[in-house]
Amino acid sequence: LTAAASTVAGASTMEKVTAYDDATTYNNFYEFGTDKSDPAANAGKLKTRPWTVAVEGAVAKPQVFDIEQLLKLAPLEERIYRLRCVEGWSMVIPWIGFSLSEVIKRVEPTGNAKYVEFVTLADPKQMPYVGSRVLDWPYVEGLRMDEALHPLTMLVFGMYGEVLPNQNGAPLRLAVPWKYGFKSGKSIVKIRFVEQQPRTAWVKSAAQEYGFYSNVNPNVDHPRWSQATERRIGEGGLFAKKRPTLLFNGYEAQVGQLYAGMDLKKNY
Amino acid sequence: MANPAIAGAARKKPLLLHPAAKPVLLALLLLPLAYLVWAAATDSLGANPAEALIRRSGDWTLRLLCATLAVTPLRVLLKQPALARFRRMLGVATFGYALLHFVCYAVLDQGLDLGVILKDIAKRPFILVGTAALLLMAPLALTSFNRAIKALGAARWQRLHKGVYAIALLALLHFFWMKAGKNDFGEWSIYAAVIAALLGWRVWEARRKAAQPTAGVAPAAAKRPVRQPSLAREAGEGQG
Repeated sequence: LTAAASTVAGASTMEKVTAYDDATTYNNFYEFGTDKSDPAANAGKLKTRPWTVAVEGAVAKPQVFDIEQLLKLAPLEERIYRLRCVEGWSMVIPWIGFSLSEVIKRVEPTGNAKYVEFVTLADPKQMPYVGSRVLDWPYVEGLRMDEALHPLTMLVFGMYGEVLPNQNGAPLRLAVPWKYGFKSGKSIVKIRFVEQQPRTAWVKSAAQEYGFYSNVNPNVDHPRWSQATERRIGEGGLFAKKRPTLLFNGYEAQVGQLYAGMDLKKNY
Repeated sequence: MANPAIAGAARKKPLLLHPAAKPVLLALLLLPLAYLVWAAATDSLGANPAEALIRRSGDWTLRLLCATLAVTPLRVLLKQPALARFRRMLGVATFGYALLHFVCYAVLDQGLDLGVILKDIAKRPFILVGTAALLLMAPLALTSFNRAIKALGAARWQRLHKGVYAIALLALLHFFWMKAGKNDFGEWSIYAAVIAALLGWRVWEARRKAAQPTAGVAPAAAKRPVRQPSLAREAGEGQG
């Protein structure tokens, strides 16, 4: 995939990019298993063509996009984002794609569109752990409308100059760099514009542990562990000190105003 | 000299009484440690080696705990009294891997910052429970030599070492809470089933014995009427 460097503010960190092997073998993608190595082992069978994405709900022009059509919707950009997992580790990934807003503006959301819901593939024939009781399938994620429209919110088709590997969410996924990684759904099949806050998979599973917002925040601990620091994968070997975690994963200048006046401890 | 039970066992399974049996077991017990050290040194533990070391040392602790608890049931069910020789080494190895597990957590995850560690233990119930299990294991490991049995007296020593049942339940709870975050209890339920079977057998066996009030001499003891000194001592004097 060829892409030009993005001009969106904050879209290109200068930090050292995580090794490709680490980024493609250490994944959370529970449809393929809960071990970090499971997705790389089990996602090979996923068929990413043909693939369509239904964009529907509170919009004037609902549409079913073919993946090839989506790829040509806007110029592909390369953006280097920090990725912070809620589990306390982080990576730096060069993604390829464009702002989700490119899709949103083409379907013309109505005044009732307050939230966006992302539904991901749940096909037990291709995904061995769909049907396990780990989560309520399909995996659903969501954003508030202004979050979805933020230029940093990215629809991703590739990484490291290549088409997305299956275990990283092929053929298309989201990247919301100021939120914990699980907010960025993988292998998306449906984007719905809704009035009520979506019931996301992790909120359904453990609302007291994983909130709807799930903005990266070193001052709001997970009930079972601290979020003050993170382990940067591949940095400094076994005895490396952890890094301090930054508010909004270091994207406060770009996204802080979205949450002005909000109690981030309550809206975790 | 002529102990028919021992001789019989030796004839059926001389391997268990072979002088090399213990060194071989020790070597086997050190294999996972050797592998982890080698894998860490060659950076072949994947993208997050610290996490891998913490998890795998924990896995081995649980496995060896199960093996330790399996000695007595297997000894009785298979009528292999010689199996008792290996219980101590398995128990001490379990403690060794538990200690490795804690050291990996304290050093690799918490940067050996005592204040941070104490706060973490207080904040996270599953860490608290794991730490409790480790602390309870320490007196057992530290009294795992013959002079300690003599000094404490067999009965008191045995009562102390019954603490292993509490340790097993704490270890299970520790692993359960660790997995609870992902609602992923597949692996946990295997350990739970094994430990439930091993503890359940003991309850069943105790009830069975209690139901035989006439047996002034326990059948197991009757089978080894002549105290075979080394065996009796290594068996830790009891059912455990």
